[in-house]
Amino acid sequence: MNIVNLLRIAFRALQRNKLRAFLTMLGIIIGVAAVIVMVAIGQGSKQSIHDQLANMGSNMITVLPASNISGGVKIAGSSFQTLTEKDIIALKQEGKYISEVSPAVTSRGQSINGAMNWPTTMTGVTPEYLDIRKLTIKSGRSLLPRDVTTSAKVCLIGQTVADNLYPNGENPVGRVIRFGNIPFQIVGLLDEKGFNAFGQDQDDILVAPVSTVQNRILATIYYQYIYASASSEQVTDLATAEVTAILRKSHRLKVSDQNDFTVRTQEQLISTLSATTSLLTILLTVIAGISLVIGGIGIMNIMYVSVTERTREIGLRMSIGAKGKDILMQFLIEAILISLTGGIIGVLLGFISTKMVTLLLNWPTLISESSVILSFIVCALTGIFFGYYPAQKASRLDPIDALRYE
Amino acid sequence: MSKILEIKDLQRNFSVGGEVVHALKGISFDIMTGEFVTIMGSSGSGKTTLLNILGCLDKPTSGEYFLDGTAINTKSRDELATLRNHKIGFVFQSYNLLPKTSALENVELPLLYNAEISSTERKKRATEALKAVNLSDRMSHTPTQLSGGQQQRVAIARALVNEPVMILADEATGNLDSRTSYEIMALMQDLNINHGKTIVFVTHEPDIATFSSRTIRLKDGQIQADIINQNRQNATDVLAALPSNNE
Repeated sequence: MNIVNLLRIAFRALQRNKLRAFLTMLGIIIGVAAVIVMVAIGQGSKQSIHDQLANMGSNMITVLPASNISGGVKIAGSSFQTLTEKDIIALKQEGKYISEVSPAVTSRGQSINGAMNWPTTMTGVTPEYLDIRKLTIKSGRSLLPRDVTTSAKVCLIGQTVADNLYPNGENPVGRVIRFGNIPFQIVGLLDEKGFNAFGQDQDDILVAPVSTVQNRILATIYYQYIYASASSEQVTDLATAEVTAILRKSHRLKVSDQNDFTVRTQEQLISTLSATTSLLTILLTVIAGISLVIGGIGIMNIMYVSVTERTREIGLRMSIGAKGKDILMQFLIEAILISLTGGIIGVLLGFISTKMVTLLLNWPTLISESSVILSFIVCALTGIFFGYYPAQKASRLDPIDALRYE
Repeated sequence: MSKILEIKDLQRNFSVGGEVVHALKGISFDIMTGEFVTIMGSSGSGKTTLLNILGCLDKPTSGEYFLDGTAINTKSRDELATLRNHKIGFVFQSYNLLPKTSALENVELPLLYNAEISSTERKKRATEALKAVNLSDRMSHTPTQLSGGQQQRVAIARALVNEPVMILADEATGNLDSRTSYEIMALMQDLNINHGKTIVFVTHEPDIATFSSRTIRLKDGQIQADIINQNRQNATDVLAALPSNNE
């Protein structure tokens, strides 16, 4: 018995009962479509939260000087001077889980362009900072390592500052502004980032070489922050531990000493949000999965009825030469054809419904390949699993009894 | 003429509720190629049991059965299925056609279970078989669009399509009126005489037996009589002699 003939036999048998086949499929169709839509909604909301955080730099690790006790008085961390160039070098050399490191110092002050002025913050950094914070250049150029080594009087300007200093919309790139009485040439305009989750305007900034701000404005050799980015979101925890270890070593802290710095990540925020959406996704998927199982039971039910109803047909097929396994395969293939066809229609319906959800309800959705593949595999397995027992029952019929079945 | 079928001291016992029922109590006969044998007997005579064994649907409790030289006693369930597919063509009382399926596809059915036959060969042979039963113009009709006699002819075409060594008919005229019965018998005689088909026809109607060349009469699981029919009737002539159908 070849498989082509088996497929033909099974297909013809289904063709004879189109309506019944379709009704049987309906359970599977709805089940698969539900799984896809539910997972798409779950994944979509997860992705949208994730995107918002990633925009802020989801892999970002921030190191601040710790608050400390000096003679019984707690001193604010920012006034404590512990972070130096030595730490940056150590992190760059020894860090395995961190891809970029940048020091940072900030200075608040008034930026001035002729009669226009605007209070803002100048952040002194190295070029890596732009990658860490996901800042991109709209026009002009970025910071260069050369700017840092020469303490060049150049800066990048955020859109909010540019709008206030150049209200007539002139291109700020190439022009000179003053900040802290020092002239800075604007070499690049930053892309707009808008407000962050905490309501801060991320475009109200000036970015300059760290050495320029340290030497020319603050007159300090210390850093106020160190920013680093973990090489991927998954290794953020490892990277945090690594940064801590490197800095403890670099600061020659004894085992009994407390850290004189604090390492912060956005990981905690992300994991809380992810946990919520993951739970939602699991919940939705389970509900949808239950409907898929019910669809499978529907198949089994119909196949059992079908075997009983077609007892004489089975007897005839056996009498003209069908072997037990031919009958088994026929009913199994029928069940699989039903569930796979249902699966395909379900996937299409799932896609359409997902688009409808996005269009009509404006919910973020993301159709994940794995949900499509998974529900499809589940379909095939459902067909085999729920189709097997009825098929086996059919194949074990005695041809003599089956032929005379009334 | 060669022996197509040979049975020796065939016995078949059933145990029903702890009691052993002897359905066949030692039957022996041969059938030659080209014979048209009717097996007759009242209900309970064992003819259905014999038919099941001859059709390789059942195996005897003891005794031997050779079909076209093959001993079937030792065959497995699957081997019997293949044997049925290659060597036997069944015709049933209630036609047993697949519903909502064209005559042509119904006739093709046995060949679908034979992997050696290509789809073009299958179609060709099915078409020829339908032509042989004069249904060339009804090939795409489904069973509900055919009369009882036509349905039985489709069933006969299905029995012919695998070129069996023997056609086994089980009360094949039982559901038909006498005129249609004669039509079917005329077709059977044509297949037997003009195409050399061996036919074994189980019936309880004595007038049907008169069309065959030999009659084996069973009673209580034993052969009561095994007669060669001297004055065999021609079904075509009988059909012509019937008053015309004015329904």
